[in-house]
Amino acid sequence: MRTGLLAVVVAAGFAGLMVAAHAGAAGIGLGAGAMALLAAWLVQRLGDAPGEGLAGLAAPLVFGASALALWEVLVVGFGVPMVLLPAPSAIAARMAVSAPLLWQDFGQTFLKAVLAGYAIGCGAGFALALLADRVDFLRRGLLPLGSFVAALPVVGIAPIMVMWFGFDWQSKAAVVVAMTFFPMLVNSVAGLAAAGALERDLMRSYAASAGQTLWLLKLPAALPFIFTALKVNAPLALIGAIVAEFFGSPTMGMGFRITTEAAKLALDLVWAEIIVAAVAGSAFYGLVALAERAATFWHPSVRNG
Amino acid sequence: MMSRSVLPVLTVCAALVVLWYLGAVWMNWQLVADAQARAGATPDLTEMIRLTLAQPRPLLPAPHQIIGELWRTTVTLPVTSRRSLVHHAWVTLSAALTGFGMGVGFGVVLAVAIVHLRALERSVMPWIVASQAVPVLALAPIVIVALGTLGLEGLLPKAIIAAYLCFFPVTIGMVKGFRAPDAMALDLMRTWSASRAQVFWKLRLPASLPYLFAGLKVAMAAAVVGAIVAELPAGAQAGLGARLLAGSYFGQTLQIWSALAMAALVSATLVGFLGIAERAVARRMGVQA
Repeated sequence: MRTGLLAVVVAAGFAGLMVAAHAGAAGIGLGAGAMALLAAWLVQRLGDAPGEGLAGLAAPLVFGASALALWEVLVVGFGVPMVLLPAPSAIAARMAVSAPLLWQDFGQTFLKAVLAGYAIGCGAGFALALLADRVDFLRRGLLPLGSFVAALPVVGIAPIMVMWFGFDWQSKAAVVVAMTFFPMLVNSVAGLAAAGALERDLMRSYAASAGQTLWLLKLPAALPFIFTALKVNAPLALIGAIVAEFFGSPTMGMGFRITTEAAKLALDLVWAEIIVAAVAGSAFYGLVALAERAATFWHPSVRNG
Repeated sequence: MMSRSVLPVLTVCAALVVLWYLGAVWMNWQLVADAQARAGATPDLTEMIRLTLAQPRPLLPAPHQIIGELWRTTVTLPVTSRRSLVHHAWVTLSAALTGFGMGVGFGVVLAVAIVHLRALERSVMPWIVASQAVPVLALAPIVIVALGTLGLEGLLPKAIIAAYLCFFPVTIGMVKGFRAPDAMALDLMRTWSASRAQVFWKLRLPASLPYLFAGLKVAMAAAVVGAIVAELPAGAQAGLGARLLAGSYFGQTLQIWSALAMAALVSATLVGFLGIAERAVARRMGVQA
């Protein structure tokens, strides 16, 4: 009850501060400091309260909303130059104005380069893992190499891919393929070896063919590992495509827009692109996680969660 | 275990090198054929293959060309030269290591706070996890520009980007590690009426070390990537990222490949050192190898 009252006070306080900041009132710093303390108190109360499901979301949501409100108040109140940090309201306004441009960049980078590269990279990694699962010699040769590649800055191949596949999305997709291939390979190989010796023996005693063993035993057992790789690869793919565009692209794409607009000091548009990228990355990850819950409903981590 | 995989690994590596040479011949063939046709020469097959593997600006350089270029730009040139790869590698390495230190420090402190403050975990942790779905490297141009207006240039902006990439794996690993002691061990500490600080130093911290090293290795690789990418948007003059960018502008493939090989070498060496340190610490703590 008292937490609810506190929440109302915090919300009203931040609303008042925002109005005052936009009106150019004095003493914003003091008000912001007081509100930050109140908000921290509220977050602490919410965080310490026992809560599952939706109630558990209250603490992070209030924390995020408070941080956003403080950002707005401080940036507007102290007149921070846009080059340093634009206010959230300025970014939102820019997103509304430049929506067609943002959509075009999103289509170029995400719908073409990321999705194509992700599908090819994950598919190829999985295919090689299937082969390595049958040929033990290959598995023992590939696994250390696959983990070694994880220590390398793979994204650096971007200029080479641009040289080979041109400026358009194909070269970005090639970078994404290279970045997503090895995590998928290593995880799939580990996953395909995850089925226990007992289960394998059982399949053999049923005289199951290699295909049946794969389909009925090894693949289901490998699913949690495969989904781990799919989840790791989701943000990697987006990073690969965006960074690859730093090395040259047609006059559209999220990475292209970020570099050119940052050079022109149009930071509100840059932030708008970042937000699009963040939302796209989170949504992509979320979709894979949802698919994981649907596909591995039998796994303990899903049943208990 | 180690010796069992030596032969397969060597075989796969040898196969990759053979494929690479075949690929170099195949990809550079058209380049050589055009040049020879313009010159009116008709070289035989062996001559053609020799030429495809010795192009000054090949589409795909052969491994020995890259090694030669690496040798030339590291050993034969003085370190102070602007064309020396050692100089460029050092510029990137110093930024990566500074960022690594900052990121790891911040990550560990954050993990300690999260383990001890329940409210912090429940309010901040979801955002830390969510922040990793954000393509962090896309923020690099913003950090560079924003710090540039404050008059900060050179090492620090790059280090900050590297640090931002570093802290996450360390925080996640350490939170898991600090929680790794089971209820039994914690109960034992309670029966000894150990204080919170004693539980932390004598139980939680040692238990978290394997997780710390796993996080550090990921963070190290991420720091190098961060430092390289941070050199791209600002038009940096030195560093491996700058070499990559300049090479791609002027079509200097050998320069790109040698910078890439150097980056891989630096990254793999640093991660290798962490692996050695990990084994040394584990031995010191009494783990039987």
